[in-house]
Amino acid sequence: MSAYMKTVSSKLATLAAVAVCAVALLLAGTPRSLALIEIDITQGNVEPMPIAVADFIGSSEKDRQFGQDIAGVINGNLQRSGLFRPLGRDAHIEKISSFDAAPRFGDWRIIKAQALVTGRIALQSDGRLKAEFRLWDVFAQTQLTGFQFFTTPRNWRRIGHLISDAVYQRLTGEKGYFDSRVVFIEETGPKDQRVKRLAMMDQDGANLRRLTNGDHLVLTPRFNPKSQQITYMSYAGRKPRVYLYNIETGQREIVGDFQGMTFAPRFSPDGRQVIMSWQRDGDGNANIYTMDLRSRKIRRLTNTPAIDTGPSYSPDGKQIVFESDRGGSQQIYVMNSDGSGQQRISFGKGRYSTPVWSPRGDMIAFTKLLSRRFLIGVMRRDGSGERILTEGYHNEGPTWSPNGRVLLFFRESRGERGGPKLWSVDLTGYNEQEVETSNFASDPAWSPLMN
Amino acid sequence: MMRRLASLKFAAVLCAFFAIAACSSNDKSGDEVGNAEPAKPGSERDFIVNVGDRIFFPTDITTLSDAAKETLRRQAAWLKLYPSVKIQIEGHADERGTREYNIGLSARRGSTTKAFLVSQGIEPGRISTIAYGKERPVALCDAESCWSQNRRAVTLITSGAAS
Repeated sequence: MSAYMKTVSSKLATLAAVAVCAVALLLAGTPRSLALIEIDITQGNVEPMPIAVADFIGSSEKDRQFGQDIAGVINGNLQRSGLFRPLGRDAHIEKISSFDAAPRFGDWRIIKAQALVTGRIALQSDGRLKAEFRLWDVFAQTQLTGFQFFTTPRNWRRIGHLISDAVYQRLTGEKGYFDSRVVFIEETGPKDQRVKRLAMMDQDGANLRRLTNGDHLVLTPRFNPKSQQITYMSYAGRKPRVYLYNIETGQREIVGDFQGMTFAPRFSPDGRQVIMSWQRDGDGNANIYTMDLRSRKIRRLTNTPAIDTGPSYSPDGKQIVFESDRGGSQQIYVMNSDGSGQQRISFGKGRYSTPVWSPRGDMIAFTKLLSRRFLIGVMRRDGSGERILTEGYHNEGPTWSPNGRVLLFFRESRGERGGPKLWSVDLTGYNEQEVETSNFASDPAWSPLMN
Repeated sequence: MMRRLASLKFAAVLCAFFAIAACSSNDKSGDEVGNAEPAKPGSERDFIVNVGDRIFFPTDITTLSDAAKETLRRQAAWLKLYPSVKIQIEGHADERGTREYNIGLSARRGSTTKAFLVSQGIEPGRISTIAYGKERPVALCDAESCWSQNRRAVTLITSGAAS
C-alpha cells in the first residue's frame, strides 16, 4: 500500500474549474497540513485507498434522505474507479453529528480509513438544495478540501458527482470524470430486426433518456465538446445522413445537403466543424470531409480510391487520426487538419480501426482485429507503444473519459440472442467492468465534464 | 483463398437453389416462397425467384465474383425487359467488422454492383444505392455459414414492377 501513496507538499490542486457554483469551505483554525495522502494512478494495478463516506447530515428527514442518497452516489463512483475502497457504513464507528466540528479521527483510524468525507444537506427556503462537504486526511488529521454547492433538488445526483470529482482530484492530483454523461445506442428486438434508439445517461448509468423513438436506424452518436449537441448518423427516409441533435431543445437537423451517404461524424475540438465520411453519388468509396457548421463550407481532406473513415481530431485540433484500407487492409493514419501529411502509424499484426484521440492528446485508442478476435488497445500518437487493454470475441468502439483515464467500449455476446453491452476498462488495462443498462447498448461516446 | 472458394461454392449452390425453386414453382409442386401461383412475369416475385435478387462477397472483398456477375447479367437482362422498373441496391457486410468501416465496405459493394449493371446497359438513373453495414443481417449464427450470407448486395425493386 505505502508504495502507492506518496507525500506531496507542492501539489495543491485547484478545484475552481471543476465546481463553478462552489465555495471553498475551511474550518476556522484548521492548520494547513504538510503531510497529505495521494494516490499515484500512473501505476498499473493500484491498491485501492480505503475511504469512508459518512452519511451527510441534515436537520430534517428529507435532508437526511438526500444526504444518504448522495453519499451512495459518491461511494458508487469511488468504488467503480478502482482507485478507492469505500468502507461500508456498518463499519463506521463515529456517527457524524456536526459538520463544523472535526471528526474523531481515532474512530476512523481504527477502521483503517485513510480519507473521510463528511457533508451536510439543507433544503433552502427558495427551494434549492444546499450541499456542503469536507474531505479529511485521517492520519494527518486535517481537512484536504471542502466546498458547498447549490442546485435544484432534481439534480441531486450531480452533487454526488461533483463531490466525487473533487475527492478524486484532491487525492489523485488529476481531474475527475464523474460529472459527465454518455450518449449511446440502445438496442431492442431480435438480431435481424433490431430497433436502435439514440439514448443518453449519466456516466454511472442513472438518468436514462431516450432521444429518438426507434422509427429509424441510428448509429455512432458523438458529443459536441463545447455545447449541448450530439452528432449522429440516421437512416431517416432511407437516406443515411449525418445529423445534429440539440439536447436542450430536442431539435434535429441534417448536416448539409450531401448527395450520397454521410457517416462516421465527430466534432472538432472547438465544436464548430463536423468531420465525417462522405460517399458521394457516383463515387466508388468514402472519403473524409469537414463541414463548418456556421458557413456550411465543405472541405475535402482525403482523396483516395480506398475507404477512409473514422476520423477523430487531436485535442489541439491540429491533427486528425482516421482509418483507411488504402494499403490493402484497415490501418490507422494521421494527417494534418488541412489533409496534408497523411501517414500510416499502425504497423502491428492485424487490422486497426475506430481510432479515437485521447483528451490528453498523447494516446490513440483503437479497435484491433486479430485472428478473428476483436481487441481494444491504445498507442502513442506516432503509433509506438501499443498496449492491448482487453480482448475477446467482439470488443469495439472505444471512447475516452474526460480525464483520459478510463475507456468505454461495447462488447457483443455470441449467439442468435446475443447483443452488445457497454464495458469500461482503465487505461492501465485493469478494472474492467460492465456498465449496467436495461437493454443492449452500443456505440458509446463520453461527454466532456458538464461544468 | 479457401474461404473465397467456399463462398463461391455457396453462391453457386444458391444459384442452383433459385433454378430449382423456379422449376418447382413452374410445376406447382411446392413453392419455396410460400405461394402456389407461378410468379407473374415482370413481378417482384418473378425477379426474386427466376432471376435472383442477391449476390455474395468474400470477407473484405467488394469486387464481383464470376457467380455474382452471372446473377447481375440476368438482373440486367430482366431489367431491360421491364424498362419502367426502378431498383435500389442494398449493400451489406457481415458482423465481423467494425461499424463505420462496414458501412464503407457495404457502400462500396453497392457501388460496384451498380457500376456493373450500368456496364450491362442499365440507365444509372434507374438505380439508387444504400449501405447498411452490419445492421441488417439475414443469417444469425456465429459461423462463416451465416456471415457469408450476410456479405451481400440485394437488388430491391422500388417501383414499376407488375403486381
